[in-house]
Amino acid sequence: MIATFRSLAYLASSLLFILSLRGLSTQETAQRGNRLGLTGMVVAVIVTALALLIPGEGGAAASPEPSVVGVLAGALGVGCVIGALLAMRVAMTSMPELVAILHSFVGAAAVLVGIATYLQPAGFDPADRGAHLGEIFVGILVGAVTFSGSVIAFGKLRGKIGSKPLLLPGRHLLNVLILTLCVALGVIFERADVAWPVPGMGFFDAGMPALLIMTFLALLLGIHLVMAIGGGDMPVVVSLLNSYSGWAAAAAGFMLSNDLLIITGALVGSSGAILSYIMCRAMNRSIWSVVLGGFGAEPAKPAGGGGAAAPAGKVNEATVDMVAELLLAARNVVIVPGYGMAVAQAQHPVKEISSLLIEKGITCRYAIHPVAGRLPGHMNVLLAEADVSYEIVKEMDEINEDFPHTDVVMVIGANDIVNPSAESDTSSPIYGMPVLQVWKAAKVIVLKRSMAAGYAGVDNPLVYNDNTLMLFGDAKQSVTKLLTALRAGG
Amino acid sequence: MKVGIPKEIYPHERRVAAVPDTVAKMRKLGYEVVVEAGAGDASSFADAVYIEAGATISPDAAGVYGAADLILKVRQPTASEVELLKPGVTLISFIWPAQNKDLLDRLAARKVTVLAMDAVPRITRAQRMDALSATANIAGYRAVIEAANNFGRFFPGQVTAAGRVKPAQVFIIGAGVAGLAAIAAAKALGAVVKAFDTRPAVREQVESLGAQFVEFKFDEAGEGAGGYAKEMSEAYLAAEQAMIAQHAKQSDIVITTALIPGKPAPQLLTSGAVIAMAQGSVVVDMAAEQGGNCPLTEKDKVVQKYGVTIIGLTDLPSRMARQSSELYATTVFNLLKEVTTPEATVAIKLDDEIQRGVLVLQNGELMWPPPKPPPPVTGGPAAAPKPVEAKPTPAKPAAASGSGGTVLAALAAIALGGAALFGPPSLVQHLTVFLLACVVGWHVVWNVTPALHTPLMSVTNAISGIIMIGGMLALFGGGGGALLLGGLALLVASINVAGGFLVTQRMLRMFRK
Repeated sequence: MIATFRSLAYLASSLLFILSLRGLSTQETAQRGNRLGLTGMVVAVIVTALALLIPGEGGAAASPEPSVVGVLAGALGVGCVIGALLAMRVAMTSMPELVAILHSFVGAAAVLVGIATYLQPAGFDPADRGAHLGEIFVGILVGAVTFSGSVIAFGKLRGKIGSKPLLLPGRHLLNVLILTLCVALGVIFERADVAWPVPGMGFFDAGMPALLIMTFLALLLGIHLVMAIGGGDMPVVVSLLNSYSGWAAAAAGFMLSNDLLIITGALVGSSGAILSYIMCRAMNRSIWSVVLGGFGAEPAKPAGGGGAAAPAGKVNEATVDMVAELLLAARNVVIVPGYGMAVAQAQHPVKEISSLLIEKGITCRYAIHPVAGRLPGHMNVLLAEADVSYEIVKEMDEINEDFPHTDVVMVIGANDIVNPSAESDTSSPIYGMPVLQVWKAAKVIVLKRSMAAGYAGVDNPLVYNDNTLMLFGDAKQSVTKLLTALRAGG
Repeated sequence: MKVGIPKEIYPHERRVAAVPDTVAKMRKLGYEVVVEAGAGDASSFADAVYIEAGATISPDAAGVYGAADLILKVRQPTASEVELLKPGVTLISFIWPAQNKDLLDRLAARKVTVLAMDAVPRITRAQRMDALSATANIAGYRAVIEAANNFGRFFPGQVTAAGRVKPAQVFIIGAGVAGLAAIAAAKALGAVVKAFDTRPAVREQVESLGAQFVEFKFDEAGEGAGGYAKEMSEAYLAAEQAMIAQHAKQSDIVITTALIPGKPAPQLLTSGAVIAMAQGSVVVDMAAEQGGNCPLTEKDKVVQKYGVTIIGLTDLPSRMARQSSELYATTVFNLLKEVTTPEATVAIKLDDEIQRGVLVLQNGELMWPPPKPPPPVTGGPAAAPKPVEAKPTPAKPAAASGSGGTVLAALAAIALGGAALFGPPSLVQHLTVFLLACVVGWHVVWNVTPALHTPLMSVTNAISGIIMIGGMLALFGGGGGALLLGGLALLVASINVAGGFLVTQRMLRMFRK
């Protein structure tokens, strides 16, 4: 009776999760989608808890010990409070870090659940031993890679770990070696003399040593995979880890024979995989180079010496007043935000500028590159936080053809995503990556901290164009000054 | 160094190569400027204004040519002007070296250095020096004005008490700078404008000015090296003429601007096409100087043939001399600035694309034509298709899942088959559920708009916190180890769930229309 009820409830929450993802597809239904997901989660947790607490057929064998119930309530309560505090306090610019660290929690949970499951063999047919042990093994492997990879990603996004890719010699060989070792340990694990650590046995008996060594190796693998990826490629990495966290949950479902976990994990896993795929397309990278790590690591070649392609090396520097004048004289303005805007937290003054321009009857829109920022859709979230109407926030494909008719493009802290050499210079490491064709506009204003290259380490010929004006300085300061000038100017 | 500005002596030429504004700028660069008396008169710049700007006035041309080391001109020098050039001086002017071989020989004999304003390469960096575009812009505008002047009717359509007036139909052939300027001017006067160009790439520019782009399909693209139109095959030309004749017949005004650099203008508007046009129609042939786009055109004249007024004026820019002089002088100054050394002398850098491009003669030695510019990137056979077009959008999941989807399906089949053969039945069942869920996830997520990718990620992240169920199950497994491990797993997973959903909610609340 309880088992049937539980199955129905699980089906309901699986459907709720699917509807939740579906709801996320448009702005109008997104909030409802999120609430559906939350409902699904609450249903799943309550039903599981009830099934475990109420003795009876399909449920708990006997009334649970108070200590267990205490831990359940305590862990759940404390976890929710911590999570809620994190969610309330995080600044929108730190969203990538939060998402990365949350991924690591899923990975950690998968590892813990895996080990705990191994410790309690009850309820499994000895005939299924091979398959079951395999499920545990894979689950822990994926979970550990997710965990350590996400922690490294968190560190990189936070700036605690250098964003430069760490390229060990023979890194692919190293990865293969670690994986081979894991497989070997898996065989040892499967063939341990005693399949399960029976009560009374020490913690490190049976297959446990192999399992723990493998966990350690998998952690190393996760660290190594993400360390080899540069800071600029984080959107792909984060979405890939998102995918991994889903697979980890699904693997946990296999080991616990729990369909809800399998379905949900698969949903999340494929969702993350699609996101990574979209990001890779947006950067013209193969997904495998990201999966295997060390992507975007080709040493940047110097631009072809001399000849027509070489940039003139002279930039036109502008003052805030010049830029203000240009903006006020324009009829059609496009703002291209990049990671620099996020770092400087300049989204609010930028929004003020666009509102001011719109008030004056100037068409002002935003152009968002798919990989701007450190998360897919990062810029959209920041602009939304600043209360920019999503109607004027355009995607690359929507706005690229409008640049030739645009009077002024203002690039705020973006570099590689507006680099014309991605289209024209075959020797450029970012050649072939679709970019925002801002150089086709009549005037381009580039707000930049310095002349340093972007994350791809490529020189940007855009800044040497005759129709490009550079406004150097911290994005927030520049934008704030610009706002003052605009207000004064009319 | 001394810069000399002689008065233009070519018939109908009213422009001047320096205006008081650029004279002042040249003075700032360190040049001395000598202007021939009356040089700016036809452009409405009096000698006194030049003096005010820092120039000295020489009473005659000989005085200018005698004193100056650098001569700025508009038209290419006539034979008499060439004789006045001192050996070793630099001349900046329109030259048209391809059409004026004997002029080149005579200039070479004078051992002078010549920079041709008509040879400025068409690259972004050189736009400030692009005298041709500046001139063509004016000519295009003026062509419409001349047409309107010779056209006996309104341009805009009107409904009046005295009857209905149809708007003038204007057909513009060649949508280069002049053509586009003509489109804008005709449109502004209220005409209905159509335009044609052999280069399909200009469609967008034509349409952006509110004109209709006339499609002409034939298997040849018209963009040659350096962004200029190139010559086409005979069959192409015949088909093109037929198409133009058809459109000309329906038009009140035809403005032709088709030029191919260094070649006679293509005859696009045939006599037959002109005969078929309505009485009172006007043709402005802006290519008259290079032989004309119409065989009936007479250079420098306005003629009536078959009831159609054909305007072959070649001095369209000169008819707006003040404006033309200002713009031309600015481009000349920009080029001069480019070749000026800090000591206010002229030095030409041969490795600079612009300077090499404009250099025709160096101390009498022929430097023209410069090495060929590379072919346009978009037209080259090696060029990749536009990446934007190749990129699948989320709306097209089929394209994206194409070959990858087949591979995945095969892998899934192998996994299921393997599990069915060797694994326990429960594994098969779980795998089925797993694969179905993957497919569902795949389809649902493709529809997500890119703007929502971050919320999607945080919501899926929260959902993957479902692993807390695993933690709960583990918790109840019994034993101290399970209690500890399960409890920990539950703790971190619930942080994830609460954090994920709440932060998504926070994010989504910010999205607004």
